Amino acid sequence: MLKNRIIPILLLKNGRCVKGKQFGNFRDTGAPVSAAKVYDAQRVDELVFLDILASKEERDILLPIVTETAQECFMPLTVGGGIKTIEDMKVLFAAGADKICINTAAVENPQLILEASQYFGRANIVVAIDYRENSDGLREVYTHAGTRTTGLNALAWCRTVDGLGAGEIILTSIDREGSMSGYDLEFIRQVTQLVSVPVIAHGGAGTLAHLKEGVTVGGASGVAAASIFHFTDQSPIKARAYLKDNQVNVRV
Amino acid sequence: MKIAVIDYGMGNLHSVSKALEAAGADVVVATQPSDLQTTAGIVLPGVGSFAEGMRQLHGRGWVDVLTNKVVIDHMPFLGICLGMQLAATTGDEHGPTQGLGWIPGVVQRLDVDGKAFKVPHMGWNDIELSRPSDLFTGIRGALTFYFVHSYHFVPSDSSVISAVCDHGQRFAAAIEKDNIHLVQFHPEKSQTLGLKILEKFLAKTYAEK
Repeated sequence: MLKNRIIPILLLKNGRCVKGKQFGNFRDTGAPVSAAKVYDAQRVDELVFLDILASKEERDILLPIVTETAQECFMPLTVGGGIKTIEDMKVLFAAGADKICINTAAVENPQLILEASQYFGRANIVVAIDYRENSDGLREVYTHAGTRTTGLNALAWCRTVDGLGAGEIILTSIDREGSMSGYDLEFIRQVTQLVSVPVIAHGGAGTLAHLKEGVTVGGASGVAAASIFHFTDQSPIKARAYLKDNQVNVRV
Repeated sequence: MKIAVIDYGMGNLHSVSKALEAAGADVVVATQPSDLQTTAGIVLPGVGSFAEGMRQLHGRGWVDVLTNKVVIDHMPFLGICLGMQLAATTGDEHGPTQGLGWIPGVVQRLDVDGKAFKVPHMGWNDIELSRPSDLFTGIRGALTFYFVHSYHFVPSDSSVISAVCDHGQRFAAAIEKDNIHLVQFHPEKSQTLGLKILEKFLAKTYAEK
């Protein structure tokens, strides 16, 4: 049976790993290739690089990081941040990315999801959706690393990207990101019941029990986290052992 | 003797090449048919759709030369993911498309209960050997590999299947027929276990020389 995945997310800025809270207050947490190697040695199921500056210059910094990581780590690597065209994607796939993650570009040009999934195969195109709960209690999609509102209803947008050919959705609650207060389980559950593709829960995992709830309550195919692995003594190895002991189907 | 990784604009060439090197291969990324003159084995990686994959193989002049090497010269061949599927007679992805046709069969979308099983089939899953196979001989412990795909290869003759995987339906995780080795999973992304599979392919390739 397909295993539930434990996925560290590394946020990158100027070629360095950073970690913040609610998409701000970033602290430097080290060199990305070294971090990737550590995670590879810990046999994580997959690794995600998300570049938060997402500029053209930034991608020139990102590219050698992807190349070097793919040279040394034989595990699945998803890369996102400022990717706007099929050409951008080709370059990153050639450098060693296995999946490409789009976010702002998907909102600005939803057809890109369709074109990319037709060109590269649906399975290799991930759409990241960042959302916040607004004053009406509705979850609204944000773009540009959580800085711009879109007016899009997050649940409706999940359905749209599924329909356009997204192969996977990484769902990030901005409110919970870095809070270590647990995933937005109720919403994750709604999304996993709505869409046909795998959903990765992200934003808020602070304990191993949170990771478990992402799967058992939220129904997520994978649980992504950053803070728990950076700022606590919980490693992906401990997470895997804990989930296994709690009857979650993980790789051993 | 080199192992050729075919560049047809569709592959995660870099990852596959580096993994093969880590497994001990002397790799050449073949960008044109004449690059195959000094090779002992061929690897066809693949990220993308079936229709686009065939379009690129045709457009770059690979179809006849690969067929000659693999089907007539019996050169050891490893097809990974889309590279596995393209060996079929036809594929369904984005309209029916004729494949390389080396192993009779069709490539179809996974047809599973969408509530219980998500498609793409993405992540780590166990495979089960259906018969002895050169790629898996002597490997002990759980056979858990990384998969990313929505389509699967249904061979006309099921005896060519060497390993199966289950994701709401059982499908061919590996096919082996003489010199042709096809895997639906990504050995180059399956960490230590994946490298072992590549080592097995290399051992077989070099043993034949």
